[in-house]
Amino acid sequence: MRPFTYERAESAAGAAKSAAEAPGARFLAGGTNLLDLMKLEIERPTHLIDVGRLPLAEIEETADGGLRIGAMATNTAAASDLRVRTRYPVLTHALVAGASAQLRNKATVGGNLMQRTRCGYFYDASKPCNKREPGAGCSALEGGGRGFAILGASEACVAVSPSDMAVALSALAASVETVTPAGTVRTIPIDEVHRLPGDTPQIETNLEPGELVTAVVLPPPPEGRQEYRKVRDRASYAGGLFSLALAGERMALGAVALKPWRATKAEAARAAGASGAEAAEAELADARGLGGNDFKITLARRVIAAALEEGMDR
Amino acid sequence: MDTPVRDVTRAAFEITVNGEAQQVEVDLRTTLLDLLREQLGLTGTKKGCDHGQCGACTVLVGGRRINSCLSLAIMHEGEAVTTIEGVGLPGNLHALQTAFLDRDAFQCGYCTPGQICSALGMLLEVRRGEPSQVTEDLAAETIPLTDEEIRERMSGNICRCSAYPQILEAIRDVAGAAA
Repeated sequence: MRPFTYERAESAAGAAKSAAEAPGARFLAGGTNLLDLMKLEIERPTHLIDVGRLPLAEIEETADGGLRIGAMATNTAAASDLRVRTRYPVLTHALVAGASAQLRNKATVGGNLMQRTRCGYFYDASKPCNKREPGAGCSALEGGGRGFAILGASEACVAVSPSDMAVALSALAASVETVTPAGTVRTIPIDEVHRLPGDTPQIETNLEPGELVTAVVLPPPPEGRQEYRKVRDRASYAGGLFSLALAGERMALGAVALKPWRATKAEAARAAGASGAEAAEAELADARGLGGNDFKITLARRVIAAALEEGMDR
Repeated sequence: MDTPVRDVTRAAFEITVNGEAQQVEVDLRTTLLDLLREQLGLTGTKKGCDHGQCGACTVLVGGRRINSCLSLAIMHEGEAVTTIEGVGLPGNLHALQTAFLDRDAFQCGYCTPGQICSALGMLLEVRRGEPSQVTEDLAAETIPLTDEEIRERMSGNICRCSAYPQILEAIRDVAGAAA
């Protein structure tokens, strides 16, 4: 791990300002992803701004009947909140499908949104990666492998987002509150937080440098069923090969793209009376595999169809 | 914090370990795990993967289990850490340590301190009603501690000797009969 300096933030706005003033600074919350990457020297911050003790861990009702989850709430705290469990069960299910209990006890909601891909080539500093070094090339294109994106990928990057939580948030039409280095408070719809890779895979979110996530806001729970399905190699403590979050009329897919993939085409097909299989076909019409991950297209088609058709029976 | 200090890479602070306040001085890069093992001589907590994948480094901080390898020591200034040495020592073992011996819940023993700290944290989580991915009724105030719940909740602790059935039995001995 490279040397760094450290400060403990006293306010969210102060942390954002400080981050903008120190190029090479990173926010430190739970640390479970950042410290892992720092040990591998994939993340090499020169300055850490510890935001873990900011008073942003509250989970509170909003005026319109929704819920505001502070960014420093742990994954465990968010998943265990009785209001989340009963009104937003898809969010609890997604959270407890991720990581291990030890990690969820430490990892925060804000950090979950900002975590980086688990692409094996991103983690292997001996191989070129456009995320680590723009223009270096993407090792995954030739390297094969099962986990890569089937939607929204580019020649520059085929990695996927590792977050389960963000998939549920997309289905729930959540938004993300931030504070910018200028002290401006912004609210960003969840589907606009993360970016597809395009030719700038090193830019992962639409947050500006130094902008700090302060909360996730859930609108009132939608009418209808909520469900999270995750398919993976082990029954527990493994990243997803495919996941799906349903919340009423909305659906989002995980482990298929570099961002939580809002399934708008499937939603539209479903609204027009299509079968689950037809809705899946509509969403996956543009899906492309690289060989080793071709199976994910079939997997996605079957899980989407099953989830929708079982719902129609109810 | 308008003019944060930017040229200091060491820190001195107080941390409570197994009930005892300790004054420590560390390179900022020091993980909680390395502080415990290398500076405080508490080598019961083990370094397995050092990347949060194996659970051998599990300790309790404020009663919650975490991976001490993925936490900087400085993040725990003023907090209370419990390691396996604080759970129980020879001559005064915790009931769960005794159960691990009785059930032969290890072979090499390397993962055992993490398994025991993790299990103690896990039982508190269940008591607080925190759900897992196998919890059927998310609205329930009381979560039945089935074998499936124990297995799922202990998935962050790897045992390469594969003593999982005995670990389950040991935890079951302490937690009570299957629900």
